[in-house]
Amino acid sequence: MIGLYHYLTISAILFALAVAGIFINRRNLIVLLMCIELVLLAVNFNFVAFSRYLGDETGQAFVFFILTVAAAEAAIGLAILVVLFRNRRSINVQELDSMKG
Amino acid sequence: MTISDFLPAAPEISLLCSICAVLLIDLFISDEKRVVTFWLALVALLLNIWVVVVSAPPDPTTIFDGSYIYDPLSQVLKVAATAVVALGFFYARDYLRQVGMLKGEFFVLGLFGLLGIMIMISAGSLLTMYLGLETLSLALYALVAFDRESPQAAESAMKYFVLGAIASGALLYGISWIYGVTGSLKFAEISQSIAVRPELNDVPLWFGMAFLVVGIAFKFGAVPFHMWLPDVYQGARSPVTLYIASAPKLAALALILRVLVDGLEGLHGVWQGMVMVIAVLSLVIGNVVAIAQSNIKRMLGYSAIAHVGFILLAVFAGSEAGYAASLFYTLTYVIMAAGAFGMVLLLSRQGFEAEAIADFKGLNARSPWFALMMLFFMFGMAGVPPWVGFFAKLNVINVVLDAGFPGLAILMVLASVVGAYYYLRVVWYMYFERAEDKSVFQAGRDTRALLSLNGLAVLALGIAPGWLLALCLAVIG
Repeated sequence: MIGLYHYLTISAILFALAVAGIFINRRNLIVLLMCIELVLLAVNFNFVAFSRYLGDETGQAFVFFILTVAAAEAAIGLAILVVLFRNRRSINVQELDSMKG
Repeated sequence: MTISDFLPAAPEISLLCSICAVLLIDLFISDEKRVVTFWLALVALLLNIWVVVVSAPPDPTTIFDGSYIYDPLSQVLKVAATAVVALGFFYARDYLRQVGMLKGEFFVLGLFGLLGIMIMISAGSLLTMYLGLETLSLALYALVAFDRESPQAAESAMKYFVLGAIASGALLYGISWIYGVTGSLKFAEISQSIAVRPELNDVPLWFGMAFLVVGIAFKFGAVPFHMWLPDVYQGARSPVTLYIASAPKLAALALILRVLVDGLEGLHGVWQGMVMVIAVLSLVIGNVVAIAQSNIKRMLGYSAIAHVGFILLAVFAGSEAGYAASLFYTLTYVIMAAGAFGMVLLLSRQGFEAEAIADFKGLNARSPWFALMMLFFMFGMAGVPPWVGFFAKLNVINVVLDAGFPGLAILMVLASVVGAYYYLRVVWYMYFERAEDKSVFQAGRDTRALLSLNGLAVLALGIAPGWLLALCLAVIG
């Protein structure tokens, strides 16, 4: 029987993978944006699992809000990416180091 | 539910309507007359203050099934945030006109950010808090990238976006655990279920809370989650830096007071340790690294980290007096930060950004009055009596001593002494070095008058801090 703990474990693994992806990835900003989406999806997984377990719909409503905000966030992230690429001709994470101190 | 039930939320509703109006009218204004948008935004802000004051119900109330709180604390924070945003717009106007960037987007995004701040201030549930936070953050990401031609601005916007999104993710993950353990998203219900069922105060809840604290520390810019802050302060255009450095700090304070103090007060003993570590690290690293900076925006960024350490230590002390001290500190810091960045804007003009500390050299010879104002801001931030920063710091040290942590109080005094060095260096440059640049300020008379008022307020609040202290204590109690 698949229970709450299985879902929470999956969600924790997804979350850890996404965060690891953000910090290990040194090449491409697009991959970084994908990792950010994955973080939010892991959270959604958690919310739906808890909501079902508690028999309370608030968690599912929260998921809809997260999905909506994630869409807006992705739009702004990609817009910044375009501006960045226009200015620097590169979306390499390692080259984002013009400011130090 | 009748229309009068929505009355406590009137400030947010009317602000949203006026933002839409400004956005629409801005479309029909030609570029030469763009300053009209500025005045419209200012009218929207003044209207907002009026609505906040007038629509206040006599007693603290909650609406939308407890998701929205009205209390005196929210009223004070909203008025302060609106006033500081108005101040920022004023300082930004002349600068933006000179560099040819007087665009409606700046004001509209600034107003949307204010809307997010107000929603956060009045949040009664974690969902409202999250939505307010994202409204603010999304506006800020776009504002940082506002200068599309600048590679530095784009880079700092990208850093801010990525780290901000990770912070939101951590915050949400924490929220999901707290929801799962307590079965509710509302602060009142969360604190009640922890009080009624002490067995909940266990590892799963702590786990969620830890993620929540990480998210809050990120948004505050506290060490070790401060990496974005200096880069964003430096990379963004100065008016945007002014905006980020001022009003969002009030929102971050509301975040910590609502979530940790109202919602998770039952876990006080658990989060106290985390907050202390973060605060002490911020205090030490912020002050020490600021010494090494040659860019004034970056220096003020590190100094902001150090000030956040003070605010967090006041929250850490955990008494009502402690929360009042954190409120007093944040309110006064925001006034000083707005003024200091206002001075950076005053010195900048077309083709010249007064970003190096050395650009303040010989300011006294160029304009003794504004050198004096900058001295007020620097002494205020350093905590020299009788400027207001002294009383803010003294308050925090007092409450930490009362909570029984003399070691921390000594550390705070030492950190302030170290911090005084880099503030006084600016003063030294202004009074005892020769000016390299002798140009005249381009800012309008109204902007100068406002900046002078801002500087005099830092002194006046320091000479008579009693009423503000009493106000802070009254709204927290």
